[in-house]
Amino acid sequence: MSGVRVLVGTRKGAFILTSDGKRQKWDISGPHFSGWEIYHLKGSPVDPNRLFASQSSGWFGQIIQRSDDGGKTWTQPGTPPGESATGPGGMPKAESNKFVYDVSSDTGKPLTTHMWYDGTQHPWEFKRVWHIEPSPTDPDTVYAGVEDAALFRSTDGGKNWKELSGLRGHGTGPKWQPGAGGMCLHTVILDPSDPNRIYIAISAAGAFRTDDAGKTWRPINKGLVSPYIPEPTAEVGHCVHHVAMNPSRPGVLFMQKHWDVMRSDNSGDSWTEVSGNLPTDFGFVVDVHAHEPETVYVVPIKSDGEHFPVDGKLRVYRSRTGGNEWEELSKGLPLRDCYVNVLRDAMAIDTLDKCGVYFGTTGGQVYASADSGDNWAPIAEHLPAVLSVEVQTLP
Amino acid sequence: MIRVILPGHLRTLAHVSAEVQVHVEGPVTQRSVLDALEMQYPMLRGTIRDHVTQERRPFLRFFACEEDYSLQPPDTLLPEAIASGAEPLLIIGAIAGG
Repeated sequence: MSGVRVLVGTRKGAFILTSDGKRQKWDISGPHFSGWEIYHLKGSPVDPNRLFASQSSGWFGQIIQRSDDGGKTWTQPGTPPGESATGPGGMPKAESNKFVYDVSSDTGKPLTTHMWYDGTQHPWEFKRVWHIEPSPTDPDTVYAGVEDAALFRSTDGGKNWKELSGLRGHGTGPKWQPGAGGMCLHTVILDPSDPNRIYIAISAAGAFRTDDAGKTWRPINKGLVSPYIPEPTAEVGHCVHHVAMNPSRPGVLFMQKHWDVMRSDNSGDSWTEVSGNLPTDFGFVVDVHAHEPETVYVVPIKSDGEHFPVDGKLRVYRSRTGGNEWEELSKGLPLRDCYVNVLRDAMAIDTLDKCGVYFGTTGGQVYASADSGDNWAPIAEHLPAVLSVEVQTLP
Repeated sequence: MIRVILPGHLRTLAHVSAEVQVHVEGPVTQRSVLDALEMQYPMLRGTIRDHVTQERRPFLRFFACEEDYSLQPPDTLLPEAIASGAEPLLIIGAIAGG
């Protein structure tokens, strides 16, 4: 019988929740990397036992961890404990936590500054990895979206990282500005039908697409309207919170912007608003049903100043029409005195026949639905604040 | 041998107990001790000093013989008691945040 493995990143460590295909009884392991912020964990679609984790700390910086046994044991790629620190010729072994911005002349040095909160220009400074996206075809290839916004790629299982610097160097960088959470590249979507096409999103710059495997990029923000920025329809500067895609329809994207839920049917060339009857169209997460590409999920959050559900009721909203018409999903969710948030990478969907939907809260709960959102139950409670949730459907 | 005491999270990362010992060739300075430490425990690279600038991370400080060496130039000689192993070099994380 197939099963699922839910990977939960929190403010104080990682947790791994496993269940069989019924998804009723759950085992929890963790905390892994106790005391560290785990912004994101994700498994390789090619080798499900290969997991990558972004471990970070304001004191000690960034660490990348990898497991090759489904999360039972972890090492930093290239530096297994107990082995020699140097390789052949006395060279240091790989430095899996070394994320250095590319300033080489052939990629457009100087690679710009970005806009600081006060409108002045500010140099790029690496802070942490927000999102890890393993390749759908190669277990050794993995992408990392980082703060300050940039995209890195490793082709050796996370041992070494190289920036795809065409993104920062394409020209609009001086207009990018940090959102409240920092200037993070938080969304990385690899198009399964076209290995040269990658979508990314940055808060607060917007969404971007490459069609040549990361050499060149262009903003894909036409149709976004942000009245709270100086030029509401600007090419860049929009606070995109998250973007989701059903792999079976790579050209169709759904976006939760700061305010507004948006949809694109042309690979991001243009967007239309599909907020419809949502009680509020502010929020962070958005995701798409595994088998019904017109079924979309969001968790409305009251406002940019009040990061909690409307009326203290935690509800998921589902559209079966690709947006505009939304239904409230609340069975099993707390419907009074609930003032948690659901952060941008904290929702995931499995691929079982009746697909499961999972999300985590800043209050430390992880909720799951084994019936596409009709009924919910907590599968973990009292964890540290949840930063990210991913799920693997296991054979 | 030089004795170094690490903060808790770095002990976990390096799979060591509180105190580690490293061998330093030549003058015993902040830089030479950290170079030796990172050579012996490569997983600590980037966690004490920035990968590129080699500057001390802001929330860490270095103490030797009850003196704060954090703001000293990295090639300043550490006290003889550190060089002889009589006293450990302390790497301490700021008591801040959550």
